[in-house]
Amino acid sequence: MSLSETKATEGRKPLIAMRGITKRFGDFLANDGIDLDIHAGEAHALLGENGAGKSTLVKILYGLLESSAGSIALDGQAVSFASPEAARAAGIGMVFQHFSLFDNLTVAENIALVLPDSEGMEGIAARIDTLTRRYGLQLDPKRDVWTLSAGERQRIEIARCLLQNPKLIILDEPTSVLTPQEAETLFATLEILRLEGRAILYISHKLEEVRRLCERATVLRAGKVVATCQPREESVRSLAALMVGTHLVDVRAKPNDMLGPDRLTLNHLSMPAQDMHGVALKDVTLSVRGGEVFGIAGIAGNGQDELFASLSGEQLARQGVAVQIDGISVGREGINLRRQYGAAFVPEERNGHAAAPDFSLSDNIILSRHALGDVTRGWTLDQANAKALMRDIVEKFDVRMSGADPAARTLSGGNLQKFLVGREVSRAPSVLVLNQPTWGVDAAASADIRQRLINLARQGAAVLVISQDLDELFEIADRIAVIHHGHVSAPLITRETTREEIGLLMGGADATQESLAHAH
Amino acid sequence: MSLQMFELVLFTIFTAATPLIIAAIGELVSERAGVLNLGVEGMMIAGAASAFAIAILTGSSWLGILGGIGAGVCLSAIFGVLVIFLAANQVATGLALTILGTGLAGLVGSGFIGMKRDAMAHLSIPFVSELPLVGKLLFTHDVFVYAGWALVIATGWFLSRTRAGLVLRAVGENHHSAHALGLPVRRVRFLAVLFGGACAGLAGAYLSLSYTPFWAPGMTAGRGWIALALVVFASWRPAYAFAGALLFGGATVLQLHAQAAALGIPGQLLTAMPYLVTIIALVVLSLRHRRGAIAPASLGLSFMPER
Repeated sequence: MSLSETKATEGRKPLIAMRGITKRFGDFLANDGIDLDIHAGEAHALLGENGAGKSTLVKILYGLLESSAGSIALDGQAVSFASPEAARAAGIGMVFQHFSLFDNLTVAENIALVLPDSEGMEGIAARIDTLTRRYGLQLDPKRDVWTLSAGERQRIEIARCLLQNPKLIILDEPTSVLTPQEAETLFATLEILRLEGRAILYISHKLEEVRRLCERATVLRAGKVVATCQPREESVRSLAALMVGTHLVDVRAKPNDMLGPDRLTLNHLSMPAQDMHGVALKDVTLSVRGGEVFGIAGIAGNGQDELFASLSGEQLARQGVAVQIDGISVGREGINLRRQYGAAFVPEERNGHAAAPDFSLSDNIILSRHALGDVTRGWTLDQANAKALMRDIVEKFDVRMSGADPAARTLSGGNLQKFLVGREVSRAPSVLVLNQPTWGVDAAASADIRQRLINLARQGAAVLVISQDLDELFEIADRIAVIHHGHVSAPLITRETTREEIGLLMGGADATQESLAHAH
Repeated sequence: MSLQMFELVLFTIFTAATPLIIAAIGELVSERAGVLNLGVEGMMIAGAASAFAIAILTGSSWLGILGGIGAGVCLSAIFGVLVIFLAANQVATGLALTILGTGLAGLVGSGFIGMKRDAMAHLSIPFVSELPLVGKLLFTHDVFVYAGWALVIATGWFLSRTRAGLVLRAVGENHHSAHALGLPVRRVRFLAVLFGGACAGLAGAYLSLSYTPFWAPGMTAGRGWIALALVVFASWRPAYAFAGALLFGGATVLQLHAQAAALGIPGQLLTAMPYLVTIIALVVLSLRHRRGAIAPASLGLSFMPER
């Protein structure tokens, strides 16, 4: 859309006009006097860091939360939504970031839940069929949701939303779980919706996407609107600076030509699925050399958690030789022995897996280090040394917290993650395995963590990063392999591959055929 | 064993299974909505005591039944308010409910120990009860047995075929999603808990008005716990719970006959048989249906909407 068209929308009356929206949670001001206008037929981006107040704002618009102050007008009429049902009845639909689907119900049942009582189950299949033809939303009504991919699940959400003929569709981080190809399909659907005159409120932290899709953007920081702009007139850098408030430092990732020997090796590692919705690992073979950052890309639920568990020793392999650290077979050994051999692990879930939420930071150090001898004296704990280590990590890794030794759960996501990465990196491990190291972490802390990982690798350690964030992997990884249905592809050298190639592998394309196609 | 004897044994299997069927269906609905109520035994025995007391005082079995149901509903309402609206721990509250129910039953029933009533009349359904073999076996029971069968069919139909049943399953599956869709999570759960209480009370009323028409403390003899176990092993499916209850009832009746026949097997072992047989059979059954047969994902979790 051109600039003149954008100007034209500004003259008209907005579809949605939010004025002075304020939301207080105790002492915390999540939204502070936010004004937001959305016009019909417009794709409007809502930008901001984690914790800037985006989710709170859209939850208020969708009737999930009640604002403490402020007003909402729809088509010039003042409205107040007591529930999502009221919001939907007024023409506001929402596609959630973490899908609001029911895994053990079928596609049709999931859709039936949002339709009025009068609608029979029989008519739903026909309605799904109509949507498929009109918007390209391929869906099989009889399938159980847990068998579907993230892209298919999102289509259910969108279908559910569209069946109510909404005037405004809110999408919360819609592409964070999609392959690049699935994202393209989504963009095509969104374009049809926009041309039908529906408004789209698009929440994302992927600024390239926002520049491509949206004609206007509202930027939030710390609960306030800091800017309203036209993303196409801005660069990714300037948008990021608006969100963060300062200029971001680029992560330095000079290519490393000084690779050491294999430090972490997986030999034909297979592992049956642990539960009903789990994924089996199938004959995984890879090796990470000293000095490199090795990335594992893939869409959530393709075996990343299982791979991490078998690397850390939470899940033992059938043969010891399946997992090797510096040439020592540890597949049958638990996590403590693996740590003693120099490995360190940072799981995805910060609160509850990487850290005990109600334990102090120094106690959390003891939890991951008690087998290494530096926080114990014989049978007793050396809490003084744990506290000293904690202070050291907090200082070196710039962890912001309140109190001398607070409980882990009181730290913000970014600060806790910096602490947890610091806890492992400060040991100078020979092998470091991380699962989603910057998931839900703000941009500044993410950049900091990524830089630390590169520095650690350049000191000779082998760093394995499992991540769904392709941007992250392209920024820091020397080689990237893709995990799909528990199968890990042959690694590709980051400099010699493209997002499209990785994306195809994430979607399940055969690796060998793909590389052949590229060779031609 | 004569044919008549055989018929009698089969007949009593249905009667022995009935309290389990009724209580298990109630608990199944409650658990499908995501609420684990461990107080079935307590609600059942309070229902038994109240039903008997009211039946003696008024002389009406029907008012007794209503009294039994009412006792179950009242106790489950206390439980529901605590765990659903005040987010109390479901396991602890459920256990406390059993203790409370047992105590209340002892209090209510204390004046009625040793009294006897006639069991409720058996209804002979015209024509079909004249059928050879199955006629007597299936169509000459009392109202409780038919109520149990009706509950199984109605609940199965409700859960899988109606929109309200879909909403109930959705609430038990993922309360956050259900709330985000605007479904009234806590109201649905409360109603499901009340239904569970009503069923447990009805099962108790059956025991004291029909199965053994008198009141004795501890007369439920762990049937509430068996009903709870049945729900789990039946993978939260009404038809399986029905089959499991029949199996348990069958084993109970058969072991009684085995004891009477003096086979030389220790009585305690025979008494334990129904429990063992039921658990083994249902474990095998639930292993076979592992894929589609898992617990409601939000079972036992409290839900408090943020506003």
